[in-house]
Amino acid sequence: MPESATETPGAGITAQAPAPAAKATRGAISIRNVTKIYDPEGVNVMAVDDCSLEIAAGEVCMIVGPSGCGKTTLLNAIAGFHSITFGEIYLDGQLLCGPEKPLADQGADRVVVFQNGALFPWKTLLQNVAYGPIVQETMGKAEALEKAADMLAEAGLADMAKKFPGEVSSGMARRAEIVRALINDPKVLLLDEPYRAMDALTKSIMHEALLEMYDRTKVTMFFITHDLEEAIFLGDRVVVLTTRPAKTKKIVDVKIPRPRDYRLLGSEEFRLLVSEAKGAVHEEAIKAFEAGERELA
Amino acid sequence: MAEHPTVHAAVAPGPGRAVPLRRTRLQKLLENTTLWRGIVAIVGFILFWEVCSQWKGWFGYQIPWIGKVAPPSDVMAVWMDILPQPGYWESWYLSTFRVFLGFAIAQVIGIPFGLALAVNKYFRDVFFPPFEVLRPIPPLAWVPAAIIFWPTTELSITFVTFLGAFFTIVINVLGGARSIDGRYLRAAQSMGASQWDLFRRIILPGTLPSIFTGAAVGMGITWEVVLAAEMISGGGQQAGGGLGFFIWSSFMGGSIEQVIVGMISIGIAGYLSSSAIRYLGSVCMPWRRLF
Repeated sequence: MPESATETPGAGITAQAPAPAAKATRGAISIRNVTKIYDPEGVNVMAVDDCSLEIAAGEVCMIVGPSGCGKTTLLNAIAGFHSITFGEIYLDGQLLCGPEKPLADQGADRVVVFQNGALFPWKTLLQNVAYGPIVQETMGKAEALEKAADMLAEAGLADMAKKFPGEVSSGMARRAEIVRALINDPKVLLLDEPYRAMDALTKSIMHEALLEMYDRTKVTMFFITHDLEEAIFLGDRVVVLTTRPAKTKKIVDVKIPRPRDYRLLGSEEFRLLVSEAKGAVHEEAIKAFEAGERELA
Repeated sequence: MAEHPTVHAAVAPGPGRAVPLRRTRLQKLLENTTLWRGIVAIVGFILFWEVCSQWKGWFGYQIPWIGKVAPPSDVMAVWMDILPQPGYWESWYLSTFRVFLGFAIAQVIGIPFGLALAVNKYFRDVFFPPFEVLRPIPPLAWVPAAIIFWPTTELSITFVTFLGAFFTIVINVLGGARSIDGRYLRAAQSMGASQWDLFRRIILPGTLPSIFTGAAVGMGITWEVVLAAEMISGGGQQAGGGLGFFIWSSFMGGSIEQVIVGMISIGIAGYLSSSAIRYLGSVCMPWRRLF
């Protein structure tokens, strides 16, 4: 029961966020004792159990955990796609959702980058990027297109601006998608395994591009992944969640200075951090696997 | 596609290497194997038909089925006779007019109706059940009722033609709009799209491919229906002619060549119509040209 959930030992490790490296002043997320119970046809499924997490302004917070553990549920709650059952989520001290208002409003201050890419196939990359400012009416159409062209050029996609998503590689599409999110000047980027199913080479290029973008913008990132190397390489902290229902199990602080580049991947420090995180994730993965076996039995 | 200038620069200096020259459109057309295969296939088919139809005259033995059909040379001769006659062209005009009128009305009513079914639950709850009951009724089963409903035969034919396309269009639009990937909707919402923006910039373009699929299928059905409706209603006092009636009266008059002329005319008309829809589709959906 949710009331007793707060007493569960080990639940709700509230981590103190490390001091941000640069002067990012916005995009602090505070997840306080959030519980989410899905109730399809009366069968209660607890996806998130009394989870608390403080993410500082400008932090890159990597979320890892076994499949189906409730990572995306948290992201959906922040984005305003799904309601929460108990607890509160704040963004820069303002309540996004809580007991009185279980579903957060959707807003361009929290833009989502999806797992399989969600560029609109009927718009060119340029039109895709200009979409946010046009529908929010924060810019005129011409101004938005001009800004979009500049931002695409900054991301090295100037030649691709007039192409449709179907005409460019998945790596380019994903970069364009992040540009499309950033043009809205969001406080938080919510990334749901954006580089899943990419080959290792493309992925490493994506990582460097993302780091370069981060060093420029210092936007807060809530980044879900399964890839621990990716998590350590990109993140300020790696939050390992338990198997369903999700709680914070372990938080790995990544005190590697920025700017980072690929040479980091060979270092001893990097490998130690990866194995530390791997230990925690592995334990949970086994639990998740066994729980799956039990459900099937 | 224009050749990239740097490609020339990179290739040209190498001695003994052939520089690929820009070819004209005509050259490209002549080198198009798909085109040539198509031409050979059609010519081959006509030759085969000619030989089979003439077999009895040449060798004294009739090839079953196809041997009874008039040879293409006779059909061509009859066609050449008919070609200058205004009656033949009037048949074309009448059928085409009916098809496009019925088709256009079906689009104008069907697309908004299908979209409304897709986006509004109340609308769907109310209108979908009767729609589904009416949908399986073949358009031709409506002919007697249509003749009673509508004051003129012309209107009856148009109505039946409309029905032929309407159900296909609605079901395609509904299916297309309902199957738009949820990620697009969420991405748009997360970037601050209003309901109207979602409809105009996501649901509408996302449904366009299904709208054109519905149009292509619907166009085929309208040609089928209009022909049958013309045959049934006949060259009545009010509404005469059309290619359907042309075929029927040729059959009654015993001219099998003229029947075939009518059939081929419909084939050409149908091909032209669907080509027009395909062309329109590629203009409206530039992102689909890649596939």
